[in-house]
Amino acid sequence: MQNSKFLSAIFAAGVTFVLACLMLGVKLNTEGTTLQVEGASTEQWTWIGLGIAVVFLSQLFSAQIDAFFSGLPKPQLAKVLPEASVMARLKPWLLAALIVGMLVWPFMVSRGSVDLATLTLIYIMLGLGLNIVVGLAGLLDLGFVAFYAVGAYTYALLSMYFGLSFWICLPLAAALAALFGFILGFPVLRLRGDYLAIVTLGFGEIIRILLNNWTAVTGGPNGISGIAKPTLFGLEFTRRAKEEGAMTFHEFFGISYSSSYKVIFLYLIAVVLVIFVIYLINRLMRMPIGRAWEALREDEIACRSLGLNRTAIKLSAFTIGASTAGFAGSFFAARQGFISPESFIFIESAIILAIVVLGGMGSQIGVILAAIVMTILPELAREFSEYRMLLFGLLMVIMMRWRPEGLVPMKRPHLELKQ
Amino acid sequence: MTETFLYLIQQLINGLTIGSTYALIAIGYTMVYGIIGMINFAHGEIYMIGSYITFIVIAGLLGMGMVSLPIILIIALIVAVIIASTYGWTVERVAYRPLRGTNRLIPLISAIGMSIFLQNYVVLAQGSRDVALPPQISGGWTFGDPSVFEVSFSYMQALIWVVTFVAMTALTLFISRSRMGRACRACSEDLGMTNLLGIDTNRTIALTFIIGAALAAVAGLLLGLYYGVVNPFVGFIAGLKAFTAAVLGGIGSIPGAVLGGLILGVTEALTSAYFPSEYKDVVSFGLLVLILLFRPSGLLGKPEVEKV
Repeated sequence: MQNSKFLSAIFAAGVTFVLACLMLGVKLNTEGTTLQVEGASTEQWTWIGLGIAVVFLSQLFSAQIDAFFSGLPKPQLAKVLPEASVMARLKPWLLAALIVGMLVWPFMVSRGSVDLATLTLIYIMLGLGLNIVVGLAGLLDLGFVAFYAVGAYTYALLSMYFGLSFWICLPLAAALAALFGFILGFPVLRLRGDYLAIVTLGFGEIIRILLNNWTAVTGGPNGISGIAKPTLFGLEFTRRAKEEGAMTFHEFFGISYSSSYKVIFLYLIAVVLVIFVIYLINRLMRMPIGRAWEALREDEIACRSLGLNRTAIKLSAFTIGASTAGFAGSFFAARQGFISPESFIFIESAIILAIVVLGGMGSQIGVILAAIVMTILPELAREFSEYRMLLFGLLMVIMMRWRPEGLVPMKRPHLELKQ
Repeated sequence: MTETFLYLIQQLINGLTIGSTYALIAIGYTMVYGIIGMINFAHGEIYMIGSYITFIVIAGLLGMGMVSLPIILIIALIVAVIIASTYGWTVERVAYRPLRGTNRLIPLISAIGMSIFLQNYVVLAQGSRDVALPPQISGGWTFGDPSVFEVSFSYMQALIWVVTFVAMTALTLFISRSRMGRACRACSEDLGMTNLLGIDTNRTIALTFIIGAALAAVAGLLLGLYYGVVNPFVGFIAGLKAFTAAVLGGIGSIPGAVLGGLILGVTEALTSAYFPSEYKDVVSFGLLVLILLFRPSGLLGKPEVEKV
């Protein structure tokens, strides 16, 4: 037994060496027109050796390590929180406090953090939208960013060519994104789940390629700049009104101009949008359609034998998810004032998916927490930014291995009869 | 022989060249899908690593003063196959095997994570910029009247055709004749039953990952030499194309993957010949959607019956 363990440890160390020797130990370097290789520095080889040693030891003592980790007490969330009946009474107050806090908070902190919070809220919106598709309906959508792009470009183009305001474009963007979701979903959703992943991925790429190459309308890789900012009932947040006779926000209220009003205003719009989306999804989840989504995720064949129309159910989840992305997209365009196809690459889809997976598929609180973590952590760890995507991928693998249900697993709203 | 006809012939040659490398990558997807029913998202990354290893070995051997090109290429091929197979095996062992038997979405998400990880691992190890290798194999045959249109068929393209053909033949013989190949076929028929009959299914699954990775490394070598450029992001789009090829031909079927790869390669070459070349990806994904619509099981695939 001990002997075989030793052999497998040697084997694992050997595999690690093969993996590392050429990829990490040697670096390609272009000198003029010839390609050269140079060996890594001694320091890098020390690191590689260290890695091999770690793999060797962890294989050799895997039994002990497993025993140590299973001996650790698992965090019990249920024990920390007060009992269900107390929670039910406290909940409205907590919610009210949270909303008031979110509304008051931006006036007390710096502009940068409000801006970051707005970005976080965009990701929360996206995460919630994808959560309907992936978490509730169990459809793996890898091209979610396409609908985000549709929303963003809808607002940018309508505002540029027709001068429509943000508030008119917001529902239009959501509707158009939903239409795209419908058109894509209609043929594809009849198929088995895995194909959906690849078709949506292809669709995301198609949208990006079209945006990149349809230069006459979308501006191609240069994107669209100078997108109009949202207004408050026609009051602009600029120093001077664009048109003659129009009032700006600070003139109307007779206060001095400050650029942070605009940032706070955008933040407040985002808060309202997020609350709207959360409310909507919460209602939908309690409706028959929401229950059908989850039933379909759990067992498709059972659903069909009970007479549920799976295409219609999947399509509704897909379309509603897409419209949420459209919302987020048009708000994103309004906040940035500039969009280009660069903002809508596959990695963006992967980040949104990681938010949903990390938070716990189907769980709204989980998704919100994960979105906050995912946007704030990179800001805090700026010096590690080159490792960001590496850790991202690693995190997805590790989460699937050790906690596939996510940080805050989903709980169905349910009532229990006490005997 | 008119000019349009010769032009078409040229596009067909180019398309079949690219298509045969897609086929090599597609086999990795189709074999894994045939046995465990999951999309190995990290497969395109294995191809990219194969390309990098090839470049490293060739540049290293040239730097050491070796001149015989065939020996260099053979050494590069062997090293790339060994290292890429090790990557394929490790990915399966670390990211997929512990998740076997869970909900279908879970290994898929783990695979996406692995793909992002490998891509950025190469970015960190080798930098994110293009690495260019000067052409090693130049020259070729030309046909047709030089005053009208000259069709060229380069030695590099010939090499790709020959190597692909040899690899496919070897794979077919291995799958149909050898004991392990029979175990592979048995596993794709019924994994549980094969296990009951005393075949180590874990080992067989690992073997399919190794074979897939080895073929991806061969494709990495060929395409790396053909294009002469590699960067850490080539794996993503190549993987996507190869998966499209696998679905096109009928996922789970090895001849299907080859057929799908060739069709996709020709379609792309024709699209970029007669339309702006940016739209070739659009056309190939459009083709995927159409195939899935009208023939979800692919050209050579068996229709799947869902059982409770």
